[in-house]
This record gives sequence, C-alpha cells and structure tokens, in this order.
Amino acid sequence: MAAERRASDDLRMEHRDPESAEWLRKLGHGGRERHEALTRLHELLLRVARSELQRRNTLLRITGPELDDLAFQAAGDAVTAINGKLAAFRGESRFTTWAYMIVVREVSNKLGRHFWQHPEIPFDAENWDRLPDAFCIRPDLEAETRDLVAALRRAVDEQLTERQRRLFVALVLNGVPLDTLVIEYHTNRNAIYKTMFDARRKLRAALVAGGYLDDNDDDRRRT
Amino acid sequence: MNNPPELDTFLRTDPQDVGCDKAMEVLHIYVELVVSDARAAERFPGVTAHLAACGPCGEDFQGLIAAVRGTTS
Repeated sequence: MAAERRASDDLRMEHRDPESAEWLRKLGHGGRERHEALTRLHELLLRVARSELQRRNTLLRITGPELDDLAFQAAGDAVTAINGKLAAFRGESRFTTWAYMIVVREVSNKLGRHFWQHPEIPFDAENWDRLPDAFCIRPDLEAETRDLVAALRRAVDEQLTERQRRLFVALVLNGVPLDTLVIEYHTNRNAIYKTMFDARRKLRAALVAGGYLDDNDDDRRRT
Repeated sequence: MNNPPELDTFLRTDPQDVGCDKAMEVLHIYVELVVSDARAAERFPGVTAHLAACGPCGEDFQGLIAAVRGTTS
C-alpha cells in the first residue's frame, strides 16, 4: 500500500520540475536523506525569513537578537508546517516558491504577534486628531477639506457597525497592523479584510452622497 | 473638488477583489507568473485587485517576489 502510494506520488512528480520532485522525494521517503533535506530547507527558509524581516524593517523597531529570534521562529514553524502538508503541494509552482510563501506568511504572523505583545498605543484609543494624518490630508488648508474630515468622522460614527467602527479606529487611527488584530480578535485576515471592505464601501457612499467626494468610483464602470 | 488621493485609494473597493484567503491560495503561482512576465494580472485579475488593496497581503506578495528573485538571481 505504501509502495503504491509512493508510486502514485512519483507519477505525479513526473509532471513537476526536477528540483521540486527531488525535494518531495527526499522529504517524503525518510532516513538520512530526509533529515538532510529538512536541514537544507530550514537553512533556505531562515535566509528568506531574515531577508524578509530586514525588508520590512523600515516600519519595525526590532533589532539584534530579537530580530534573529523571530527569523528562527518563522523558519522553524514554516518547516513544521511544510512537513505536515507536503501532500497539499500540487506542483503548480516550484516547491521552493511554495515553501517561501509559507515562511513569508510566518514572518507576517510573527510580526503581528510581536506588535500584539508590545502595543505602542491601546488598540481602542480614539485620537481623532490623527484622522487627517492617516490620509495625508492637511485640514489647515481649506474649509472644504476640514468639512471632508468632519464628514468622514461622522460617517464612521453613523454608518458603520460597532465592529466596523472598532476596526477602523484600530487600523486607521492607531495604525495597528491587521495581523495584530487577527490575534487580538481571535479571527483571520480574510474576516477583518471583508469587514473593512464593506466599511470602506459604506464610507465612500456616505461621502459621495454628502457631496464631500467626487463620484469617480471605477466600481460602477466595471459592474 | 479633487478627492484626496490617500483617502480615495483607501475607500475605493473593487468588486473583482477575491479577498485574502483566495489570494493567498494562489500567491505562489501568481508570483511565478509575475517573475516570468507571464501576464499574471490577466490570468488572476481578482488577485491583482486584492494585492493592490490589502496592505498585509501586498506585503506578503512583495516579500515572496523578493525571495524568489533573490534566490534565483
């Protein structure tokens, strides 16, 4: 049975690029080859995790050993995840591209958790003076712009659900990373994105209806 | 009036946007198409729309592009 499964896997691998097939063969067959492949995979993913953390470091205040610790955690968790779902790899990309995607996602998760553990400001603080800055608006320039900012705040209060409003405050006013809110609210990225997607539509509609924004929404031309 | 660009971008929603889950399901495939210049946006318009609008997924996309280019160059 195991041999048949292996043969079936080998058959599927014929359709993959040779390097990906080799990764799968080594990781799937056990023994010393598997151990060596896992070690090499960890080295590759650690390198990607370090690069990715450095790439994002313009926004981070994480340095030195702490940064390297996050890289090790991300690489280790990615190897574990990959090991647990090798069968899910369908050969639609190179194996390494699929593996890099997993470690990049792990880096996002680790950064989200880092900010959750070290919040710079409370997630629910409401400093509405930050609203113009959040959208690079200078309210000192024109009364029209000041009216727009006031209308946006009014729309947030009047048009959004409590959950949408809470997320808007955290994401926009307080600059909390979305992946941090995933942890705070025990949810997932897609659920928060969808909630905010609907909130953005509501806010735009309210501002257009009030004459504060031009109705140049491409959405309607596409639908 | 002219819409403030940052606010306009934030409030703009694209009905083709597939959301985070679907975009992440195919991100590795999408990135290889982008790197090989194989018209990724034509094949995955909903993913393109999503990556342009979602900050975290956009970051993952940029990170994966950098990883693939960095290890293949």
